[in-house]
Amino acid sequence: MIGFLQNLIDALSLGSLYALAALGIGLMFGVLRLINFAHGDLITVGAYALIVPAADATARMFIGAWPLPLMVLGVCAVVVAFALLSDLLLFRHLRRASAPTLMIASFAAGYIIENGILVVYGARPKAIDLWPDLGREMEIGALHVPRLQLVTIGVTVLLMAALTWFLKRTRYGVQMRAAAEDFAMARYIGVRANFVIGLAFSISGILAAVASLLYISQTGGLSFTLGVPLMLFGLIATVIGGMGSLLGAVVGGLAVGFVSSMLQAYLPEGLRSFRDAFVFAIVILILLLRPSGLIPTKALVPRI
Amino acid sequence: MTGSGAVRLIEKYWVVIGLSSIVAFVIVCVQATRNDNLIVTIDEMLIRMTVVVATYIFIGNSGVLSFGHIAFMCIGAYAAGWASCDPSWKQLMLTGLPEFLQDNQYPFMVSVTGAGALSALVALIFGVVVICMSGVVASIATFAFLVIVNSVYSNWESVTAATSSLIGIPTVSSPWIFFAFAVFAMVCAFLFQESRYGLMLRASRDDEVAAKSSAIDVARVRLIALVLSAFLVGLGGGLYAHFLGVLTVDVFYMSLTFITLSMLIVGGVGSLSGAVLGVLMVTLIVEALRALEGGVSIGSVLVQLPKGFQEIGLGVMMALILIFRPTGLTRSREIPFPWQMRRPNVQPRAAAAIAPVERS
Repeated sequence: MIGFLQNLIDALSLGSLYALAALGIGLMFGVLRLINFAHGDLITVGAYALIVPAADATARMFIGAWPLPLMVLGVCAVVVAFALLSDLLLFRHLRRASAPTLMIASFAAGYIIENGILVVYGARPKAIDLWPDLGREMEIGALHVPRLQLVTIGVTVLLMAALTWFLKRTRYGVQMRAAAEDFAMARYIGVRANFVIGLAFSISGILAAVASLLYISQTGGLSFTLGVPLMLFGLIATVIGGMGSLLGAVVGGLAVGFVSSMLQAYLPEGLRSFRDAFVFAIVILILLLRPSGLIPTKALVPRI
Repeated sequence: MTGSGAVRLIEKYWVVIGLSSIVAFVIVCVQATRNDNLIVTIDEMLIRMTVVVATYIFIGNSGVLSFGHIAFMCIGAYAAGWASCDPSWKQLMLTGLPEFLQDNQYPFMVSVTGAGALSALVALIFGVVVICMSGVVASIATFAFLVIVNSVYSNWESVTAATSSLIGIPTVSSPWIFFAFAVFAMVCAFLFQESRYGLMLRASRDDEVAAKSSAIDVARVRLIALVLSAFLVGLGGGLYAHFLGVLTVDVFYMSLTFITLSMLIVGGVGSLSGAVLGVLMVTLIVEALRALEGGVSIGSVLVQLPKGFQEIGLGVMMALILIFRPTGLTRSREIPFPWQMRRPNVQPRAAAAIAPVERS
């Protein structure tokens, strides 16, 4: 029982991380019908923003050395700047493009960012020790829980609450939901398209920045592809959650985290290295049973 | 009369004849330079051409974007590796292989055909599961497929040697062999797109609802295209195994996916000519950027780009194409027959699969 609870907390914290990535991707899909493959590379940007831009083998802290609130703000600012830049240079010119075109465009954007990081920082992975205190374990009854996992879960809940408040209670949040529901109609009644889209890119950037901080304090390493797995799991999470539904993204993220942690814990030893293959196979199965995801929206229904 | 019959035949197959002549001309020119590096580049380009043309059969005709075709290439390459590398090494390292593969070493044609066949079989199984999904979801499922194949092949110690490499595959290095396969892929692609099934698939690409209401079984024609396309991609993978001689799994992942997709997009995803010419153009540009990375002296000034600019250049080029010419450099049309007098009003090809459409 204790073992299961321990696994459950693992699952929750992994799921939170995936849910953060999924929210960032789901938001972009909701507003822009954009499947943003570059989201993973935004996460990578967030991680690399912590250190001094140089190809040295050891990482020297740059924004990472600032006091905590400044550091979080700094990383968010850098990632949001990249997200807005990708809109300004690329996606803004593709507003009328079809979904596959947007998909390829975001793939290209990600490829450019990834190789840009490669040019500036070099290909070697670097070790980085952000918040060493968080690695320590807390004892709750018989459970040993690393603080980092609790922080991850807490931060995710907090961000989700803030996002929900923003979307439900503020003027721009309502505009954004209207745009996600029916973009053309929202424009007719006076929602400024580029503003709402810019807002969506910014929020998605903040989510990516937070995800990257939590992720690297877990893994302790920087590599120029570090965001890719998060993006993949986040993407999968939005799909099984139901494309275009933010609640779906969260549910999907938690589900994917749960499935991966449980497979990690309960798969027989010989099959454990195939965990990701099992996760993705289960995803395809879920899509077969519920093609429009766990929480369907009308985003994928073709309009005639 | 026989003369005009021949002309008519040439006109009918002009797309394939014209394109393969262009490619053959490029090969002859490169061979004339006697530069070994360039010839290796051409070999690799021809293999990629097979893969890109094969990918076009599915993406171009169905309009469904696939990120999973490089996984079929991986499957094909490993199949060719299993069939053709040294039996004593296989018995030592790849203990999980079935006996007929462990004990024998098959010749080139058998191993390459086997590569295509295995890949087609996997495509059939995967396709039956995935093909009824809607476009965007299907694309993501193909991405998931790429990850699954990568994860399985990089962990299956007893069959793929996991992260260490598969060695000792007999190498083949004549551009003309690879050329023959590229032309074979073009012929298949051309015959498919002109066939009943090809036309039905193109109809579903242009308007899925209308196609369905005209009694086109969209899932079935898509599946046919996917299996044919995977067979040819598998062939390409087999060729790649015989080109490299050594296989590792990470070759077949995001970068190669990106390069082959960019070839398709730059040329024009909606036409066979786009696929073939896209391969030529992207190869040219990538080689030029690579040369700049190595350093080129113009007069007394040495121009050198830092490493990584080749990839950035490719990405930027693709972005520019998507913005300014989303139907690709060929505008997703086939190359025209140069002696057009007899039929001036050849109807233009349908709009490209990923042409910009009005958002509702």
